Amino acid sequence: MWWALLFIAPATVGLVALYLWPFLSTFVKSFQDVPAFGPATYTGLDNYVELVGDGEVWKAFGNSALYTVLVLLGIPLAVVLAALIEQVSRGRSVYRVLFFLPVVTLPVAVGMVWRFIYNGDFGLLNYVLSWFGIDGQFWVADPRFTIYAFAAVGIWMGLGINLIILGAGLQAIPKAVYEASSLDGAGRVRQFVHITVPLLSPSIFFVTILTVIAALQMFDLIFIMLRSVNNTALADSKTIVYLFYEKAFVQFQQGYGAAIAIVLLIVIMIATALQFRLQRSWVFYG
Amino acid sequence: MGERRTWPIHLLLIVASVIMVVPFVWQLLTVFKTTPEVARIPPAILPEEFSLHAFETFFSTVPFWSMFAVSTGSLVLRVVGQVAVAALAGYAFARLPFPGRNALFGLFLAMLMVPSQLFLIGQYGLIRDFGLLDTLPALAIPGMFSAFGTFLMRQAFMNMPQDFEEAARLDGANPFQVFWYVMLPMAKPTLAALTVLTGLYSWNDLLWPLIVSPSGENRPLPVGLAGLQGQFGTDYPTLMAGALVCSIPLVLVFLLLQRQFFRGIASSGLKG
Repeated sequence: MWWALLFIAPATVGLVALYLWPFLSTFVKSFQDVPAFGPATYTGLDNYVELVGDGEVWKAFGNSALYTVLVLLGIPLAVVLAALIEQVSRGRSVYRVLFFLPVVTLPVAVGMVWRFIYNGDFGLLNYVLSWFGIDGQFWVADPRFTIYAFAAVGIWMGLGINLIILGAGLQAIPKAVYEASSLDGAGRVRQFVHITVPLLSPSIFFVTILTVIAALQMFDLIFIMLRSVNNTALADSKTIVYLFYEKAFVQFQQGYGAAIAIVLLIVIMIATALQFRLQRSWVFYG
Repeated sequence: MGERRTWPIHLLLIVASVIMVVPFVWQLLTVFKTTPEVARIPPAILPEEFSLHAFETFFSTVPFWSMFAVSTGSLVLRVVGQVAVAALAGYAFARLPFPGRNALFGLFLAMLMVPSQLFLIGQYGLIRDFGLLDTLPALAIPGMFSAFGTFLMRQAFMNMPQDFEEAARLDGANPFQVFWYVMLPMAKPTLAALTVLTGLYSWNDLLWPLIVSPSGENRPLPVGLAGLQGQFGTDYPTLMAGALVCSIPLVLVFLLLQRQFFRGIASSGLKG
């Protein structure tokens, strides 16, 4: 038993000091007014009351929700691409590498490249759109478009990860199922709809859960594309984690920041629980 | 399926791959252009002459090598620390009974479910109170402990046969020797997956370094690159050159260790 305690001690000390304790202190601080210097004072539910009446918080949750819904559109795309990659034998690893490149590129660098592509005056996107007679827009300087612009990058960045997880799920589907349905004369599209999607649904569900959690925590893109260059569109484009960062670590209102973080936790818990409830109607466990 | 034609599938995949790669190609073409050339409408696809000016500007304004050293140093610290701590704890959770084991494991699982932002205020307070702001250890310390890593290692050890352990124990090996000589070598694939995942998060992380490097000293690459963007807002060739140079190290590692990256992602899929 002493051996067990030696093995477990480093992890437990770290967990308690750097995770459990900070978590509890965030919870406590959410009921406090915490000035940058000097002692904190308990203010009961004041932070939460302020938060409910704070238009900026609602706006940030709205932006994060919109971003999350948009990024979810990348999942059907990932399912189709994963199934296509599974169908080919030659070049499979080349495709995987290409789709994975954005995952191993610094997110900061990704944000910089896309900001250039989105540039309203001479960006590549507006140029390509002009071929089709579509008017260019200031994609990241106009708050009407920022969240959509971020979501496109979010889908592009997350595709590689989703493809790997879905690819592992596809390989677990017995080949005999496809062979049997081929003998019955089923074409590729029918096989995809009636075999691949139902049998892959546990993996799709898993990817959906991960995507929602990650999307609700979006921070890097907004920091790079708007905050680091003091873009005025930032005011209307803040996501919930960005607002948390700004309150807790730029303005050092840690009590208010803590309350935002607690609400984020609750939102993520509700979103996840909701998905577990919804899965009963669409996830197939054979 | 083997007899079916695959070229339509390849065609679709090639189109998708091209869309995926266009941003990188555009970046590569831009780094060799001059600043006025980039602002031209319609844009010139190829640079008029291959100018290395952007790289010169980048390397003369940004202390790339010191940022690279900070990124690499904190990555090594975090990966080695996390893998060691998680392997030990994972083994105990899987194989060494002790009172309260299930309750403690439940606590680890609970922390695994909590989004990382909930820890930041408290972790920042600890780092500040220990006088570690703007230091290399500050970047690595919280990430050295991971409920996720512990969970992953526990799963790996639980799936191993018991026979080897018993044989070693009968030969008089103590639990650490059993762990070190018998079990750890068998866990190599999981260790590699955890190493790659932890390294990826460490290398890419922006929010935590921003918080604990307020003065700008000991900045890792993402923070330095963000600063470059603030400084050279519309000098796109320089920005693209910086983004390229800072991204290349991990891309190279990925190309060498593709299998480990894919395994790591498949075994977890957890982001952040």
